[in-house]
Amino acid sequence: MPDNATISLDKPFAWKAFFLQWEWILFLVFILIQAVNSRLSPYYLNADNLLDATMTFLDKAFIVLPMAFIIIMGEIDISVGSTVALSAVLMGMANKAGLPMPAAMLLCLAVGAACGWGNGFILTKFPELAPMIVTLSTMIIYRGIALILLEDQAVGRFPAWFEYLGWGYLGPIPFMLIVFLLCALIFGLILHKTTFGRAVYGIGSNRVACLFSGVPVDRVRLLVYTLAGLMSGVTAIFLTSRMGSTRPNVAQGYELDVIAMVVLGGISTAGGKGRMIGAVLAVFTVGFLRYGLGLRNISAQVLMIIIGLLLIVAVMIPNIRVMLGGWLTRRKKASS
Amino acid sequence: MSSSEFASGTGVTSFWAQFGKFREAGLFSIILAIMFFTQWKNPNFFTFENMDDLLANASILGILALGMMFVIIIRGIDLSIGATLALAGMISALAVSNYPGTPPILAVLLGTAIGVVCGSVVGVIVARFGVMPIIATLGMMYVYRGLTYIVSGRRWVSAYQMPDSFKDMATARLFGIRYYIIVAAVFYAVFYYFANHTRTGRRIYAVGSNPESAEISGIHAKRLTWLVYVIMGALSGLCGVLWVAKFASAQGDTASGYEMNVIAACVLGGVSIVGGSGKVGGVLLGTLLLGTLQNALPMINMSVFWQNAIQGAIILAAIIVNTLVKRNVDRTNLARRPI
Repeated sequence: MPDNATISLDKPFAWKAFFLQWEWILFLVFILIQAVNSRLSPYYLNADNLLDATMTFLDKAFIVLPMAFIIIMGEIDISVGSTVALSAVLMGMANKAGLPMPAAMLLCLAVGAACGWGNGFILTKFPELAPMIVTLSTMIIYRGIALILLEDQAVGRFPAWFEYLGWGYLGPIPFMLIVFLLCALIFGLILHKTTFGRAVYGIGSNRVACLFSGVPVDRVRLLVYTLAGLMSGVTAIFLTSRMGSTRPNVAQGYELDVIAMVVLGGISTAGGKGRMIGAVLAVFTVGFLRYGLGLRNISAQVLMIIIGLLLIVAVMIPNIRVMLGGWLTRRKKASS
Repeated sequence: MSSSEFASGTGVTSFWAQFGKFREAGLFSIILAIMFFTQWKNPNFFTFENMDDLLANASILGILALGMMFVIIIRGIDLSIGATLALAGMISALAVSNYPGTPPILAVLLGTAIGVVCGSVVGVIVARFGVMPIIATLGMMYVYRGLTYIVSGRRWVSAYQMPDSFKDMATARLFGIRYYIIVAAVFYAVFYYFANHTRTGRRIYAVGSNPESAEISGIHAKRLTWLVYVIMGALSGLCGVLWVAKFASAQGDTASGYEMNVIAACVLGGVSIVGGSGKVGGVLLGTLLLGTLQNALPMINMSVFWQNAIQGAIILAAIIVNTLVKRNVDRTNLARRPI
């Protein structure tokens, strides 16, 4: 993972460095997975099939986009899974109470955004608190509210068109994929092409320095956490649409899956480093890996192990490179 | 001998110590308030049976919180303990169900040994390869959880497959007190001594307060970091066996998400997430608060569905009050500093 924070204006284009970037390695892994998958199943490699497959893993991918922002800021949000549950439950209840579905969906987004805003509000009022701890407590609270509202019931009976969101197509392309790619494009542009995005990197590199150089740190953080909540609301809509009903215990453990994908995408939890394209590539790499193993009836448990190891190896590679480098120079010194 | 004394400089020591006392007294009075309120609503609360239940149920959480305290003190976090617990519990449950003659103590040792192995792998990844603890333990969480499903063949080990001697561990008593409570009490005593009166214990605090200066003063920071994760693993392995014996069933998703409860107990007990400070007594109170809530809410006919929200609200309130008090203390210190 090269240092993306450095600005290189007049350096010549370094081919080697360009292709040694984490995103390229991830892309190669992605191609490799496609090749292996199509060897494993003769029915795998056709456009319709590949497009269909994306629908099986894209629901939680919407949270990956804002989570990339949060992790680039050097922070973390583990309440997103609970936010999904709470906003999905409220949407279901609103629909059941007779609110028209579009309004219920808006409510879902609003609830998600409000949950995220709550995190951001506490974190900006108490900047000395660790995001991990604050979002741990709101994670328990948000799911707790969902449990109070719906107890152990489920709500369903959504209008027929609602199902289209999660299962439908626009031409040959799944509707969900189109929405995701649009969102990814917007988030990528915000992160890489706007002052706001640069502020996110700045906060990740050095929050205090940002504060003193006039970056509106509080406003940026508040907005980023609210965005995470909003996208959790989007995930809630698609997840509910695919499942047809919802309960307070949906989306359990989503936060960790999402963080895993962001980190696999080459975004450092130390903050200030990484790119949106990496996170998006990681979504598709992990998704197709899961899908391909599913085709071969390889259990989800083996997949868990593979993802866990991938995650650690991905983070270890730069450290190993540094360690190897140190070892080599020491050997050189010793021999000369 | 408070850790906060260690973290702050000289001069303000007495103030910090007072603050520490205040904090624990506050936590203790909250626990007492909950207890007396429950007793007022339901006279069955302060009975031997109920206290016994409360403590036995809190014992596993309490033992895990001890290990987590050291992990957090050394600036780490361990998300893999739920999975380690499940793996150790599953393997020892399989062992006792296949060889019903196994004495329970052997099952406990087996579970602890598996925990040590799991913990030392995490420790190597964190200490030797410098991977951020949250990522390393998240990754190993997936690995151990996957392994649990694989060794069990995605089946459960149910009560009827376990020999009675194994299940009796959960109900066995010594002098009328359940073994679980005694085990937890022994661990608290040992870790209190370890944290406050041994060189290794104090060095863990030193590394947590300032890794660089600790390293410069000749402390093997990496080795200590590894050790802390091994301790955490060993305790999780042990708790895995206790858990499986208590619930008389080992499942693939045993204790999934339990790491968050353990972290919450530590945070409630005043272990600072930035590292370097945290006390055994505080962790005990944090555990007791969560344990009391879990026991008291059903007793006052509070629906179980309210428990999560109430617990979360109390944790959030505790950390916010803590911050406000700390700000106040800092401001006072600043005002009193001689110029």
